[in-house]
Amino acid sequence: MNLAIRDIRHNLGRFLLTSIGLGLLLGVVLSMIGIYRGLVADALSLVRGPGADLWVVETGTRGPFAEGSRIPGDTREAVARLAGVTEAGSMTFQSLEALHRGRKLRLQVVGHEPDRLGGPAVITEGRGLARGRFELIADVKTGLVLGERIALGGDVFTVVGLTRGAVSSSGDPVVWMSLRDSQVLQFRLSPAPARREAARGPVATGAPDTVNAVVARVAANVPVESVTEAARRWKHLAAMTQDEQETILTRSVVEKARQQIGLFTTVLLTVSTVIIALIIYTMTMDKLKEIATLKLIGAPDGRIVGLILQQALALGLIGFSAGATLITLVKDHFPRRVVMLPEDAMALGVIVVVVCVLASGLGVRLALKVDPATALGS
Amino acid sequence: MTETSPAPLVSMRGLAKHYGEGSARVDALKGVDLDLMPGEVVGLLGPSGSGKTTLLNLIGCIAEPSGGTLLLDGERIWDGRWLRPDLRRLRLEKIGFIFQFHNLLPFLDVTDNVALVLDMAGIPRRPAIERAHELLDYLEVGHRKTARPSSLSGGEAQRVAIARALANRPRIILADEPTAALDGQRAGIVMDLLRKVAVDRHATVVVVTHDEKIYDRFDHIFTLRDGRVVDG
Ligand SMILES: Nc1ncnc2c1ncn2[C@@H]1O[C@H](COP(=O)(O)OP(=O)(O)OP(=O)(O)O)[C@@H](O)[C@H]1O
Ligand SMILES: [Mg+2]
Repeated sequence: MNLAIRDIRHNLGRFLLTSIGLGLLLGVVLSMIGIYRGLVADALSLVRGPGADLWVVETGTRGPFAEGSRIPGDTREAVARLAGVTEAGSMTFQSLEALHRGRKLRLQVVGHEPDRLGGPAVITEGRGLARGRFELIADVKTGLVLGERIALGGDVFTVVGLTRGAVSSSGDPVVWMSLRDSQVLQFRLSPAPARREAARGPVATGAPDTVNAVVARVAANVPVESVTEAARRWKHLAAMTQDEQETILTRSVVEKARQQIGLFTTVLLTVSTVIIALIIYTMTMDKLKEIATLKLIGAPDGRIVGLILQQALALGLIGFSAGATLITLVKDHFPRRVVMLPEDAMALGVIVVVVCVLASGLGVRLALKVDPATALGS
Repeated sequence: MTETSPAPLVSMRGLAKHYGEGSARVDALKGVDLDLMPGEVVGLLGPSGSGKTTLLNLIGCIAEPSGGTLLLDGERIWDGRWLRPDLRRLRLEKIGFIFQFHNLLPFLDVTDNVALVLDMAGIPRRPAIERAHELLDYLEVGHRKTARPSSLSGGEAQRVAIARALANRPRIILADEPTAALDGQRAGIVMDLLRKVAVDRHATVVVVTHDEKIYDRFDHIFTLRDGRVVDG
């Protein structure tokens, strides 16, 4: 006969309400973890987009995401000639704020060469960029639709394709345009002195042929490190593997957020522990008379400890399920991406179990101290 | 009924109990000698504070004596220290308690309140339920088998509590004011039941009471005054 379940059923409404309250708290913990995972995923989405093995950037920089990087437009040809390189593409990256249909729109602009490496991995609607100019592929998060026209830096672009889930590390949705368009945009939007200096360059429109990075793919049978080594020998250029690029980005963008969110999650878990302990303690207080009676009629301690411990676990697990369900239902309505990984949920589940066991210690202590003789009084 | 065993079920010599120490010391029992025989229903009387509940607690191994010896069913239980490691097991097997306030568990229905003690004694679910039903019928509360304790009348609750006290066939039954909450007729029914158990099972029933209506129901009456038995 399971006393814990019987007692829960006896006070079902109250127990469920308490569990759901706890569930809200655990839901917040889960969403904190999800927000962190989303941050990492967002931060890496831009650098993973091109599917490159190798990044060539300006020497002495950790560009193009962590630091600025400007290299000549013909670097791509040199990279493409390296032994083992199968594909290469020039890319630009800049973020800007546009005023569109009366509202501010923060965008991450990516310039790439339409038939080369660097475009969006998957186009969910419409098509890729054609060779012509003033075309745009936009992430759905921009709110732009196919065929919509938007003015950026004085030119009017037409949306020809849509993607899903492409954002910069700060959460701004991505738009892709041709390399040439993006170079003009960069030139027009750069501060005046830089522009004057750059205008001495060779390009007739005034926008210099500089790019922020060259990405390359390496043949499967060639070690990426050897190609990277070869590229590093060039003056004015630096090269890094995809892994190195991801590490830089994770370190620079995510580390602070990780500490912040980690600390907050710890505080929340501590609060949850205290709350669970208080709930269990109160539930035990309410049952002192029954516990004394149980002892008097001969129930062993194990039975009494089991009653409290099982209720604590039920509380934690129902709360955890409620929280997890809640977050699964609402996670797509968060302004930034919330990523729920099964292993995170499982880890939190295990933590909740441990917390429940620890938190019931207080109640168990109280229950074991109850004098069976108190059952005889009024 | 043939009395095969003349040995007492409960036997104490010089049993004493004090609470607190120094100036706060209360000598609740000051050396009590008693032998209670199987088949007997005995009354424990005395003014308030004379030590009745204390004596019941010592027999039930709920409180630790301060001196003397205690034997239950021929086994030495206390002699300056507890001689049984597991007192709760002892209670489960040998002693049935009936409280003034029935102390039924509110989260179990009537049947399970009785079946619980059988369950704790290791009896499987089905026979435990059967036995609980049997007892409830025997105590004439069979019609309330699935009721919650909160919906029972005082007399019904008391009878369910008695069924629970009897479930493991204990031979020592301790009742503290079992009829205080009942009217004269119901008090009589409860006492008849306890008598029946004492006779049928060769059990000893000890009843602490202030209730003059039932004084004529006892084989022996012991009166406590200031922690001593003054007549027996
Ligand atoms: N836990 C305790 N701590 C200290 N003193 C106690 C305790 N329990 C009982 N006493 C004291 O021991 C004496 C005997 O108490 P006991 O409860 O045995 O009396 P009683 O005969 O059952 O009284 P009543 O008829 O009022 O129930 C009283 O003076 C009481 O105050
Ligand atoms: Mg008393």
